[in-house]
Amino acid sequence: MTSASGTAAPGGRATHGYLDAASSEPLHPAARQTLLAALDQGYADPRRRHRSARSARLLLDNAREVVADCLGVRPDEVTFTSSGTDAVHRGLLGLRAGRARHGDAVVHSAVEHSAVVHAAAWVPGDHVAVEVDRSGRVPPEAVARAATVPGVAVAAVQAANHEVGTVQPVGEVAAALAGTGVPLFVDACASAGRLPLPTGWDAAAASAHKWGGPAGVGVLLVRKGARWRNPFPGDDRVDERTTGFENVPAALAAAAALQAVVTEREQVGRRQAALMDRVRAAAAAVPDTEVVGDPVDRLPHLVTFSCLYVDGEALVDGLDRRGFGVASGSACTASTLEPSHVLAAMGVLTHGNVRVSLTRDTTEAEVEGFLAALPEVVAGIRAEVGL
Amino acid sequence: MSAADVALELDCRGMLCPLPVIHLGRRIGEVAVGEVLAVVATDVAARTDVPAWCRMRGQEYVGEDTALDGSPRYLVRRSS
Repeated sequence: MTSASGTAAPGGRATHGYLDAASSEPLHPAARQTLLAALDQGYADPRRRHRSARSARLLLDNAREVVADCLGVRPDEVTFTSSGTDAVHRGLLGLRAGRARHGDAVVHSAVEHSAVVHAAAWVPGDHVAVEVDRSGRVPPEAVARAATVPGVAVAAVQAANHEVGTVQPVGEVAAALAGTGVPLFVDACASAGRLPLPTGWDAAAASAHKWGGPAGVGVLLVRKGARWRNPFPGDDRVDERTTGFENVPAALAAAAALQAVVTEREQVGRRQAALMDRVRAAAAAVPDTEVVGDPVDRLPHLVTFSCLYVDGEALVDGLDRRGFGVASGSACTASTLEPSHVLAAMGVLTHGNVRVSLTRDTTEAEVEGFLAALPEVVAGIRAEVGL
Repeated sequence: MSAADVALELDCRGMLCPLPVIHLGRRIGEVAVGEVLAVVATDVAARTDVPAWCRMRGQEYVGEDTALDGSPRYLVRRSS
């Protein structure tokens, strides 16, 4: 039996058996190298005029240009924030603030990340969740219908779902909203770096640790010409859209990781998609197990399934004991004791849920090992309840 | 749906997921094909999981009403 989380398997990488890249991708080697070099050069305040400050400023501007280039946007549309969540809050609420004369309501898909849901609930005004289909996809016309009700300030639709991997029709949503004046916010945290950024948004957000950069770096994108107002207290930093002292080394490392990931994405994505097809088929073959999310139009690195009669916590713990780290949207594994709002909105089983997500260097042997353990762990838990 | 139309009611109040669905799976065989089994459950996951169970097991989800004490009650018709 392999060792549990926290220690390296004999002869393996420290991340052997780690199948939770959608929660956080291990640091990319390119990011590690850049981070270590930048720690010694990017310490100074990039707002000052002296040489050390100019050096820090140069690194920050360089990071911004690289990220802009990788995402296909202008450098002045890129802001580094303190996290992906912070970027989501600023992007969504900033567009809402920019539309204060028209209304205060927020429309979003029912399967948005909790960062969007919490931000919408935090401000006064209605927040309307637009229903999704069984695959988790939101119909563009339903978003447009909800968004064109008087009093709506902003609409939010994610690029791809973080729990089930379904890619959302962002371009179609944007086309449906064109001419309505309602701006579109896109949470691209789950997909940035792995898939090209969708088009048609007014503001968007991404998170570096999801693509192999360091944690604590978010990316806020605000389209040139979009009406965006800071929803929070201001600051006198390099970038007026954010606050706090810039983490220059981390921003540069995030940019280096993104550049590497975008360069390798076709090759890595193809390999991951093939492994995921294997996981989908094997999971679907486990009795009374349903694989959820769109089978084709999806993120390349993750798959989600639910096993009937199985306690999610027992499943995660059982797999962990066999050396595999996975996430779960089941209520018993959440701090809130509420099932995943994503799974509930899709109308799929919320218990016995597992999300498997691959890192860039997850091997076929690891995946096969997981697939060998899965039916045994599921059968063991079911046997305990006599099913 | 009136109480007379329910052939068997399972009291799953206070049980956390997946226990209500486990009870449903164990006891559906106790009602005849065409009869309705009711699951009274306070766990919010049952609202999603009972209909999902029906879909996965080829049974008919009739809908939700409330038990006499106001707890949510989920109705399942055995169809096979």
